[in-house]
Amino acid sequence: MAGRSIPFSPASPDSAPFWQAAGEGRLLLRRCDACKRVHWYPRPICPHCGGATAWQEASGRGTIYSHSVMRRAPEPYAIAYVRLEEGTTMMTNIVDCEFDAIHVGQPVRVIFVPRDGAPPMPMFTPEAAA
Amino acid sequence: MSLRGAACIVGAYEHPTRKAPDTSLAQLHAEVALGALSDAGLTLRDVDGYFCAGDAPGLGPLSMVDYLNLRVRHVDSTDVGGSSYLLHVAHAAQAIAAGKCDIALITLAGRPRSEGVATGTTARAGNPAQPDVQWEYPYGPTIANMYAMCATRHMHEFGTTSEQLAWIKVAASHHAQHNPHAMLREVVTVEDVVNSPLVAAPLHRLDCCVISDGGGALVVARPEIARSLQRPVVMLRGAGEAVKGQMGGDVDLTFTGARWSGPRAFAEAGVTPADIRYASIYDSFTITVLMHLEDLGFCEKGQGGRFVADGNLISGVGRLPFNTDGGGLCNNHPSNRGGMTKVIEAVRQLRGEAHPAVQVKDCALALAHGTGGSLGTRHGSATLILERM
Repeated sequence: MAGRSIPFSPASPDSAPFWQAAGEGRLLLRRCDACKRVHWYPRPICPHCGGATAWQEASGRGTIYSHSVMRRAPEPYAIAYVRLEEGTTMMTNIVDCEFDAIHVGQPVRVIFVPRDGAPPMPMFTPEAAA
Repeated sequence: MSLRGAACIVGAYEHPTRKAPDTSLAQLHAEVALGALSDAGLTLRDVDGYFCAGDAPGLGPLSMVDYLNLRVRHVDSTDVGGSSYLLHVAHAAQAIAAGKCDIALITLAGRPRSEGVATGTTARAGNPAQPDVQWEYPYGPTIANMYAMCATRHMHEFGTTSEQLAWIKVAASHHAQHNPHAMLREVVTVEDVVNSPLVAAPLHRLDCCVISDGGGALVVARPEIARSLQRPVVMLRGAGEAVKGQMGGDVDLTFTGARWSGPRAFAEAGVTPADIRYASIYDSFTITVLMHLEDLGFCEKGQGGRFVADGNLISGVGRLPFNTDGGGLCNNHPSNRGGMTKVIEAVRQLRGEAHPAVQVKDCALALAHGTGGSLGTRHGSATLILERM
């Protein structure tokens, strides 16, 4: 990860298990007990059907749905939407790679990037670079 | 209840300033209010409904109603970002139809240029209680890179090119050269756009709108009142609104809320995109215009790049004259909210009061479309179809 400092944003009362798992290097999702679908970002109430949801561990693998390298920034960085293997799409950063080689459809896997004073953030890196 | 014919836009005013370091935000709101009322031939005492959004100072409508000493019986401060003012026109028509007010004032103003706000290129945390913040803000989402992701995906799915996007800026610049108030009056070429520095790939500096101070206002009135005034009558013929988000993680950046708000407005108006003579299309970025044109039905999904190329949006040259004031891309984007100026230029076109060099001949039916928030995450959409009577 280049030198961009990752801003802190406070957790909500319902997200503590996610950030604890992140600290252990595990990516969690929520799946609906009723309709069985996963969603992102995680909520206790399913955005697809209104049912109750529960945490489950994700594989951490996915593909890039779209991306943009922010050039007008003190430290350029790559933002992306990654479509997870489980079938939902999350905003993230693509790190530890050549920005110009990032492309739609590229297979990526999760890594956890440390932050000062907060749990690490899940980010993604190209599989080939693993 | 249909809004068709329920209300008319009787006053419209765009503040001429683009930089107002010595004018307060409240004064800017007041100046545009007086400008629009004067345009209509009305006074502050005639206003009985007031509409504003998050750019207004203070709590909702309270501060500006007090500052202007309005005597209102209906207020609405619905905030859907830059699309708010189009939505306010529709909501004012609803209120008028329901008998809640007769003459509604809508104001917008802002000073992002004087305040030195890095509007599009800085991630903003927002309210910590906003449910998406902890899942998104640390990744550095900005206005620019969120719209850029829409462009990346559009290019991937449909083969859209940077050169095609550049044509949108080129067309806006052709219009802005005739607007003495426009921030960017120089005509640019496709090469100028694609050779300008990347801001958020694939969007270049000239794919982005300007950052300006200023504002605008509209007066919406009951049709009987509109006919009693000494101005051309511009009637609301149809309106649609929508909100689009990430759909629970089924993110789809290939379309906007215009896919929903547009057909609603056309259905209410009883017309089709082919009937529209002039279109004000929200233009925070070039990609914004391209996607809206597709979603509003001016061309097939994926064909936007071909549609905008070769000057097709230039008045007097192409099939669909757009943003003849120069739009947000060249003229003005007050308070980082482009919806108000979209309606104002549509009103100018319908009255025949646009600059002669860009005035659309016999412009009887126009569309104005606005977006608020971010196409890359969650946004409001509002579409108006307006008719000269």
